[in-house]
Amino acid sequence: MTTHTLRTKRRSSALRTAAFMSPWLIGFSVFFAYPLISTVYFSFMKYDGFRPPVFNGLDNWTYVFTEYPMFWPALRNTLWLVLVMVTCRVVFGLGIGLLITRIKTGAGVFRTLFYLPYLAPPVAATLAFVFLLNPGTGPVNSILDAIGLPTPGWFTDASWSKPALTALALWGIGDLMVIFMAALLDVPKEQYEAAELDGASAWQRFRFVTLPNISPIVMFAVVTGVIQTMQYYTQPLVAGKVASGIIGGSGQQFEPGYPEKSTLTLPQLVYNVGFQRFDYGAAAVIALVLFVLSMVFTAFLMRRRGGLVQVGD
Amino acid sequence: MTQILDKPVSPASIVGEAERTARRRTLLHWIAVHSLGVAAALFFVLPFVFVVLTSLMSDQQALTRDLVPTTWEWDNYRRVLDTPGFATWWRNTLLYAGLGTVLTVVSSIPVAYALAKFRFRGQRLALMLVISMMMLPPQVVIIPMYLFWAKQLDMAGTLWPLIIPMAFGDAFSIFLLRQFLLTIPNEYLDAAKVDGCSELRTLLKVVLPMAKPGIAAVALFQFFYAWNDYFGPQIYASENPAAWTLSYGLESFKGAHHTDWNLTMAATVLVMAPVILVFFFAQKAFVEGVTLTGVKG
Repeated sequence: MTTHTLRTKRRSSALRTAAFMSPWLIGFSVFFAYPLISTVYFSFMKYDGFRPPVFNGLDNWTYVFTEYPMFWPALRNTLWLVLVMVTCRVVFGLGIGLLITRIKTGAGVFRTLFYLPYLAPPVAATLAFVFLLNPGTGPVNSILDAIGLPTPGWFTDASWSKPALTALALWGIGDLMVIFMAALLDVPKEQYEAAELDGASAWQRFRFVTLPNISPIVMFAVVTGVIQTMQYYTQPLVAGKVASGIIGGSGQQFEPGYPEKSTLTLPQLVYNVGFQRFDYGAAAVIALVLFVLSMVFTAFLMRRRGGLVQVGD
Repeated sequence: MTQILDKPVSPASIVGEAERTARRRTLLHWIAVHSLGVAAALFFVLPFVFVVLTSLMSDQQALTRDLVPTTWEWDNYRRVLDTPGFATWWRNTLLYAGLGTVLTVVSSIPVAYALAKFRFRGQRLALMLVISMMMLPPQVVIIPMYLFWAKQLDMAGTLWPLIIPMAFGDAFSIFLLRQFLLTIPNEYLDAAKVDGCSELRTLLKVVLPMAKPGIAAVALFQFFYAWNDYFGPQIYASENPAAWTLSYGLESFKGAHHTDWNLTMAATVLVMAPVILVFFFAQKAFVEGVTLTGVKG
């Protein structure tokens, strides 16, 4: 083959690649690169959406980090949710996964029942849980009361609102159950048989056979759980709105985080500062904090060695 | 009785004894596992049951601690469906989810194919960027995006700012499809090329028929993403009730019917029902999709 035809061939293959990739190339530029750069630009501007933007240096940054009263509670809540909610989800998801692999009779029915809540639309599921955990008339407190247990205020009590959100998250565990189930069924049977011959107890078999085999999936669940938590928006917002009784309506403005900022998350704060207070500059700063946190965890997912999502060949 | 006791113990009956103990242990194990299963099932099912029961209560009874309706008010569902706006929310949701899904699938397939089966410079970088986009909270870029659609294109108060971007490949769908296409052996593609198929023809005639389960999973996920989306409609459609979707409207429904938990729960059932119905028809695609995101990663 001559150099000339080789070059033409290479060029046509580059064109072909560009053609196939073009929807994403446009999407990436318009809906990712451009707005990301703009967000950085706005973070140094004083801008309310009406008057033209004015450069104000690091004012937005110092304002958010030192003066804005909702930033640190939002960050603290996010860390709480990352620690407690993600841990509970992974442990419970693994437990349900283990249980479902051991169920022999009616396994299909059980699997479907465990999976269904995952499909419930978040707004509907949140409404259902605010109702179920309604302190006065909700069924859960009725039952707790009947068997003589304390009846917390759940979504109206700042110390119970995050546990209530965790309960809601555990109800929708179906996706993790499926992922763990698939991983558990992939553990080589011979390893269990060998462990049993050596006289390993059930716990030892779990600890020394199951866990090492599924540890990549456990890590995957943790990291994706953390990333999901960085995006946690609909459930805490709807729960706060419905439990406080302030929904939409003219004149009434919902201050997110009800009760007492306990359900406030960073994504809610971006919306509140940008679209309710019309301080696009400060909102851009919070958005960038969210971006950096998310990308740190994403990088962890994609590390070249030991990364959880294979990117190379 | 004595006869049995006096009988000499044969080796065979010792084996029988051991077998019986083993069988008893298996039975106990079976009982333990299935009781745990029933307990877990209650945790997952009871919320649905209470929601449905409350949706059938009278207005007065919904304010009490009762768990079971005394009179079954099936009329509640008609009252919800008659609420002004409810039909519009359905139409908008179907438009957003339906059109959005078609656009996503059509635009994501070629990109996923190139990422899975081509070899080109920058491929690794492109895939990393796709994954980064997938992991990015939508709030990170919402300020410039909103200003772009609202101020430059004057599309605030419509669903178009949510639907149009779906024509340019969705990161999650691209990633999921790419994972699926990796499992299709290259020999099929090579054979098609030896037969003189162009790359596009190979994709359409050879790859797509084999990728049906993957495409079904992506379509379902995208459909439910749009069905469930709250943030997008809140940003772009909140100022215009004629553009609200079910997810956004449902919350305001609770606002308008402040104390009527029965009607709110009936509306909740009506929003959950289609999702669950679709699941029963497409169970396999769902489970396949969830597994693809996690295990074959």
